[in-house]
Order: sequence, then C-alpha cells, then structure tokens
Amino acid sequence: MLKDVTLGQYFPGDTVVHRLDPRTKIVLLVVYIVALFQASGWWSYALLLAATAAVMLLGHIRAKNIFKGLKPMLFIIVFTALLNMFYTPGRPVVEGWIITWEGIERSVQMILRIVLLIAGTFLLTYTTSPIALTDGLERLMSPLKRIGVPVHEMTLMMSMALRFIPTLIEETDKIMSAQRSRGADFETGNLIRRAKALLPILVPLFVSAFRRADELAVAMESRCYHGGEGRTRMKQMKLQSIDAFAFALGVLFLAAIIVMRRFHL
Amino acid sequence: MPELRVEALTHVYSAGTPFEKTAIENISLTIPQGQMVGVLGHTGSGKSTFIQHLNALLRPSSGAVYYDGKDVNATKHSRREVKAQVGLVFQYPEYQLFEETVFRDIAFGPKNQGLDGSALEARVREAAAFVGVDETLFERSPLELSGGQKRRVAIAGVIAMRPGVLVLDEPTAGLDPAGCRQILDNIQSYREKTGSTVILVSHNMDDAARMCERLIVFDHGHIAMDGTPEEVFARPEEMSAISLSVPHAAALAMALRRKGVPLPGAIYTHEQLLDALLRIEGVGAC
Repeated sequence: MLKDVTLGQYFPGDTVVHRLDPRTKIVLLVVYIVALFQASGWWSYALLLAATAAVMLLGHIRAKNIFKGLKPMLFIIVFTALLNMFYTPGRPVVEGWIITWEGIERSVQMILRIVLLIAGTFLLTYTTSPIALTDGLERLMSPLKRIGVPVHEMTLMMSMALRFIPTLIEETDKIMSAQRSRGADFETGNLIRRAKALLPILVPLFVSAFRRADELAVAMESRCYHGGEGRTRMKQMKLQSIDAFAFALGVLFLAAIIVMRRFHL
Repeated sequence: MPELRVEALTHVYSAGTPFEKTAIENISLTIPQGQMVGVLGHTGSGKSTFIQHLNALLRPSSGAVYYDGKDVNATKHSRREVKAQVGLVFQYPEYQLFEETVFRDIAFGPKNQGLDGSALEARVREAAAFVGVDETLFERSPLELSGGQKRRVAIAGVIAMRPGVLVLDEPTAGLDPAGCRQILDNIQSYREKTGSTVILVSHNMDDAARMCERLIVFDHGHIAMDGTPEEVFARPEEMSAISLSVPHAAALAMALRRKGVPLPGAIYTHEQLLDALLRIEGVGAC
C-alpha cells in the first residue's frame, strides 16, 4: 500500500531520455513549464500533449505510472476545474445557468495544465536517478555559490532527503505491519480514533529516524566528510551531442508556443 | 486440533511494474498444532514473505492459508481474528515499542482484542513472566531498557495475545550469546507450557538443530527441503548449494568421520557429538 507512493521514484532504464545529462533535463523541464504557462489555445495544448507523449514513449514510461502519481492531486484538480467552471463570465450553456461555455473551456485547459505540469515533473524524476538529479542541480546552481548561497549543503540535504524517503516508507511499512500484528486498526473509526491509531507508528518512526540521522552523521564523519570544498566526483557530467539536440528541440518548442500565443492558437 | 495449512501459496510483489518480483511460488505445507518448526533460507529466499501470510498481513497473489480449517483471508473479520491466533514477532521487534511504560506496551495487543481491567493485567503479567521481564520494570519507559530487555518486552507484547501459533523472525539477531540462549529458552518453555506451535525463522543452524523438530528450507521462493533436522542436515552438499551451512557439530562430525573416527550418523548438536565421542571405545577410558 505505502509502496505505491510514486513521489520522486526512479524507474531505471537505458533510453535516450535516461541518457540525457541531468542538467539538460532540468533546464528542459523549466522550458516546458514556461511553455505550459504561455499556452493559450487548443493547438498549443495539443502540441504540449504531443511533446509529453513523445517523451513518455522515448523514455518507456507508461501512462499508468503517471496517472498513479496524479491520484493524490485529484482533489486539487477537480476543485480548480469546478471553480473555473462556475466563475468564468461568458455565454451560459443553458439560459439562466451559471455554467458558461467559456468556463468549461477554461476548466478543461486548467485540468490539462495541471496534469501536464505534474506529468512533466514525473518524467524528470522517473528517468533521472536522485543522485544524478541533485548533482545536476548543484552544477546548475553553482554560480550562486559566489554570492554565498550554500549550494552544496542544500543539494546534499536534498539528496539525503530523497535517499531516505524509500527507507522511511519501508520503515513505516514495517512498523505498521508489526502493530497490525498486535491488532492495531488503522482503517476504521472516526478521525480522532484514526489519529490516535497513528501514535504507535509515529513514535517508533521518529525514534528510528533520529537514530538513523545519528548513525549517518557518524558514518560521514568517519569517512572524513567536511563539506563541498574541493570535492571531486566519481561520475563527471559531460554534455553530449544528444544534449545539444535536445536543447535545440526545446528552444524550437518554446518558440513555437510563443508564436502560437500571438495568433491565439 | 487446529492446524496451519498453506495451499499453493504464491506472492508477487509490485505486480505489473518493472520491479515485479515473485517472492514465493506454489508453497504447500501443513503444520500440526504444537510443532516446533524452523524456517531456514538465505536472505531473499522468501521466508519473510511466507511468514507474513500466516497472519494475513500479506494477501496471497494466489493460493490460501487456513488456520483451524478456516481461510484466514475470507473476511475482514477473519483477517483481524487471525492476527491474535497467529502471533507474529518481527525481526528487531524492539523498534516497534512505542508506549510510555513497559506495562502499557505489552498490554497493547490484548487491549486491541477487547480485554481490560484485571483480565488485561493478568495477561500482561503472564506474558511478562514467560519471557522473564521483571514486574519492577512495568512502570519504566521501554526506551530506557537494554537491548535484550527491549526485545523480551516486544516478544511479550505478542505472547500477551495468547496466540496458538507463535512465529518469530530471527528472534536472536544482534543479541549477545547469553541473551540468545535466554530468549530461546523462554520460547521453549512457553511452548511446553502452552502447547503452542512455534515457527522460528533463523540463520543460526545450531539453534535450529537444537530447538526444532522439523526444518523447512526455503530457496528462491520454493521449499528446497522439509524434514527432521537429521534428514535436512544429512544433506550438507545440498545445503551449501543454496548458501546455507550445517550446524558446527554436524560439520565437525563429518570431518572426524573422514579422518576415520567411527561416528554414527545423525549428529547435529553439540550434546550428540559429545555423547557419540564418549561412546567410542578407548575414549571414555581416559
């Protein structure tokens, strides 16, 4: 059950999308998001949808996995869509109704926008290992080091957080199984009862999280870790020709969307 | 007599994803009430998956588990009920302690069964006595105790539900030899006094040889061997083929036999080896 959490999950593979440099993918995601918010007409959305589908195909990511990750967002998506449907002025669908044609159009586009936004982000995390992702981020943000931003520390924290998500999920699963074996019931009862039922999970989870943090700190110190100063990498990142090609495609894509915006397509 | 019956049990993790993995496949066996069973197998052989089916924590992908003739997965109610009938003690169970006091932690299971008042108190005292947790510790926080004590409190928490089958996953992992011995003795005496079935998952062949009347060996999600310790440990080649060893005593006996010492078969505990050596003529004399 908890294993179904897809947040930040990585599906290993050896496709073109997997092989792209993480920096390329991060920049392209930013380009994609900008394009998403520039889209104004159905043709631009069609282009965005086609691009997303193409990357999914290239990266062998099944639509099922994207939709599974969308599930927790369902409430927000439906809520936004409903609000847009009711609060957009225009021609009413039926005389006297509050729902307008413009509202329906807006809410469908809104749904598309949110879904594509999430799908794009998933495509990045599904095809890029957490380590590659944080390394890429660190390199991209390294100019900020000059003005005193602790980039290395920030990305280290991020990679640790990402690294420990699965561990903590596993741990939670284990503790839940153990308490369930002792007759604990997490599924029935009212809100207060259920909140109380979480206590037998949270206490051991926190105890073990602190223990783990302690152990990790000791392990890092005993291997002489002392921050990012002068650190070299085992895996050097190198931009290749496919990265250049992907960049070119991305720029072309953004240009197309901006041009389409001019013509309200 | 209630018995635990497993029929054609198969479990597949993450079915339909790139991480799909068949953990156990087509496992069938019957464990009569009161038997002391050892489950052996190296890491990833499917033992943990198997035992989590016994109290309906995991639902089988196919196949079924019956306790006392009833399918444990039949209804929501039976899935709950079987958790008290088949008590499962996880590996490193001390990490699941959460209550403010030892007493309340042991009482968590029976309380969930609906007990309270003096009946609950009697259960807790009984369970604590079985594992040698002194009543002076009852008001202490479980987090203050030593590793061995924590583990015993955690085991008491399961025993307090009075399960007919007690399943323990590596109950001695990470304990010092004295602590190991104590916990195994506690389990042994618990079984003798209550007549429960005990299923012991272990990496330690010596413990398995000494404690169990039946051994089930898992390999790659299948049952590789199922028999008495004599039968299983008489096949050292097969054991090493699946990265398991035989007890020290059995290995030593084999080495001695190869050197020409006339030892009888079926030696797998230190006591048996010593006994057999003393019986050899000329040894007992000196």
